[in-house]
Amino acid sequence: MLYRDALNLALDYAMEHDPRVVVLGEDVGFYGGNYKVTDGLYVKYGPKRVIDTPIAENSIVGTAIGMALMGLRPVAEIMTVNFAMLAMDQFVNQMAKLRYMSGGKLFLPLVVRMPQGVAKQLASQHSQSLEHFFASVPGLYVFCASDSISAYHGLLHAIRMDDPVVFLEHVLLYGMDFPFEYVKNFDPFKARILKEGKDITVVSYLKMVHDTLKACEWLEERDGISCEVIDLISLRPIDFETIYESVRKTHRLVVVYEAPKTLGLGAELSARVCEELFYYLDAPPLRIAGEEVPIPYNRKLELMAIPTPEKIYERILSWSKSHGL
Amino acid sequence: MSQTLAEKFYYLMKLGREFEIRCKEEYLKGNISGFLHLAIGEEAVHVGAVVGFGKGDLFCPYREHVLALARGIDPKLIMAELFGKATGVSKGKGGSMHLYEPKMDFYGGNAIVAAHLPHAVGAAYARKLMGEKAGVLCIFGDGATNNGTFFEAINMANLWEVPVLFLCENNYYAIGTHVSRSSALKDIYLKARDYMPAEVVDGMDVFAVYEAVVRAKQYIEEYGKPYFIEAHTYRFEGHSMADKGDYRSPRELEMFRKRDPIDLLLKKAYKEGWLTEEQVRLIDQKVEAVVEGAVEFALSSPEPSEEELYTDLYCGVCSDVIP
Repeated sequence: MLYRDALNLALDYAMEHDPRVVVLGEDVGFYGGNYKVTDGLYVKYGPKRVIDTPIAENSIVGTAIGMALMGLRPVAEIMTVNFAMLAMDQFVNQMAKLRYMSGGKLFLPLVVRMPQGVAKQLASQHSQSLEHFFASVPGLYVFCASDSISAYHGLLHAIRMDDPVVFLEHVLLYGMDFPFEYVKNFDPFKARILKEGKDITVVSYLKMVHDTLKACEWLEERDGISCEVIDLISLRPIDFETIYESVRKTHRLVVVYEAPKTLGLGAELSARVCEELFYYLDAPPLRIAGEEVPIPYNRKLELMAIPTPEKIYERILSWSKSHGL
Repeated sequence: MSQTLAEKFYYLMKLGREFEIRCKEEYLKGNISGFLHLAIGEEAVHVGAVVGFGKGDLFCPYREHVLALARGIDPKLIMAELFGKATGVSKGKGGSMHLYEPKMDFYGGNAIVAAHLPHAVGAAYARKLMGEKAGVLCIFGDGATNNGTFFEAINMANLWEVPVLFLCENNYYAIGTHVSRSSALKDIYLKARDYMPAEVVDGMDVFAVYEAVVRAKQYIEEYGKPYFIEAHTYRFEGHSMADKGDYRSPRELEMFRKRDPIDLLLKKAYKEGWLTEEQVRLIDQKVEAVVEGAVEFALSSPEPSEEELYTDLYCGVCSDVIP
């Protein structure tokens, strides 16, 4: 099933079974969504529940907050994470804090979903990964979907939750076809082990999961290095236990992500593993991440700015060699 | 009708005034901390609007003590919140700028200028979608109308046809900057007039505010559309306790003090025979007792327990919080 269809299916299911669920955002209705995630919902549920908004991101999130306060379960779409920057007050000062500041009197059953990441030659105002912005804010939940199963079940779970969730998708995944199945009791807070292995624990999320899997296949086939690949679905909170358990087994940690390396998720994960499992480690953790630059338009430069399966393979191979594997 | 209203207005305005004068004292004693924004001088807008609006959701800015009192939130719980105590209306986690009581349709208290305007629009959308007629009252200062969020909100409210009453309390100063130096349009209601009916009212006259709000509420609920009121008022204190307010001339202050909304109310009420001096004396006594009781309650209330640092961040399942 296409990733975008899985998201659409989750929205459709939620709207059909709960009249309180509404969808709002730029072009989500009549137009069908810029990435076609909301396609068909407008015809099925009408303009009152599939709400086209002006280009006013701060107020898209802001009105969704007001709707949630009154008992609706809004799913707001911000067209891309780049535009979410215009709504950071509503994300950080409002959505994340109203419950705490009210001493638990308010609650916000609200989801804001949006794509992020590097697609093809969109240049820096349309290509970036900002998950660490959101994942650093107490009061928010931050989910990522790397395939159709986590897209469908993760989004459905987020809609059913009574807390505010930032739901991150990846631009390049929308058109990708993944195997799909209905999973009973899907738990988005539990990291998934996508591939078992014994030598290195490799943690990733969103699109980088697939590039990592490819690199790890090569490592196993060509070099006999066995990697355990972990897909984080939730970035706040992070399922550290699954990571720790794996590192206790492999004694090595690699984190792969598309955002610039500095202050990204890799810094957090490797620091935690050093704090908790220092004496289990046979090598210093390795971060494979984006370069410290805005993403350029030129395709060659663009690919230089982010990890690719080839780069992930090379980096892990040379790192493991220099650390006695 | 006017007689009972006059009594009600006088009680709430006097309560607001004395409550805040006491807040100032307790702040100077160190019992209240943080930012404390007093509405002394603006009681007619706050009381007239909340009483006039009656039942319905309220979204307020950070200067909201009198709005919360007028809505009927227990003064004890508000004072305890200002003291940061566990018994406070927000368990001591919100403070002066973050009073909330969803059971009384009171949704804050917001410390970010203009941020609550879209909340009000969303709330009104939700009410309408769920088939309720009740409108939403959204109060904000003149400063908020220079923020982009203001224009986003009035645009959406008109476009989506939602019953929101936007009430701008124009006290002429965005902290220390006069409206003539912060707003290209000095008549603020003109900013909304192309989007919805918009009018100006004397914010020092509680009856005028009340009547305008009653009429506006009828409009928004009958037509399911937004309405805008600009109320001219004045704050006698600085923007917050950190502000002496010395960007204003003594002459200007004196001019507005002559139009103290409580004095104006009494003058009218005596003239019309709605209140007697004896009644006023009794109300004053009651107010004094309520404020004293609130301070005693706040003083004797416990600090939040240490575990409270970690509670109320997420709820898991909280659908039982509001019916």
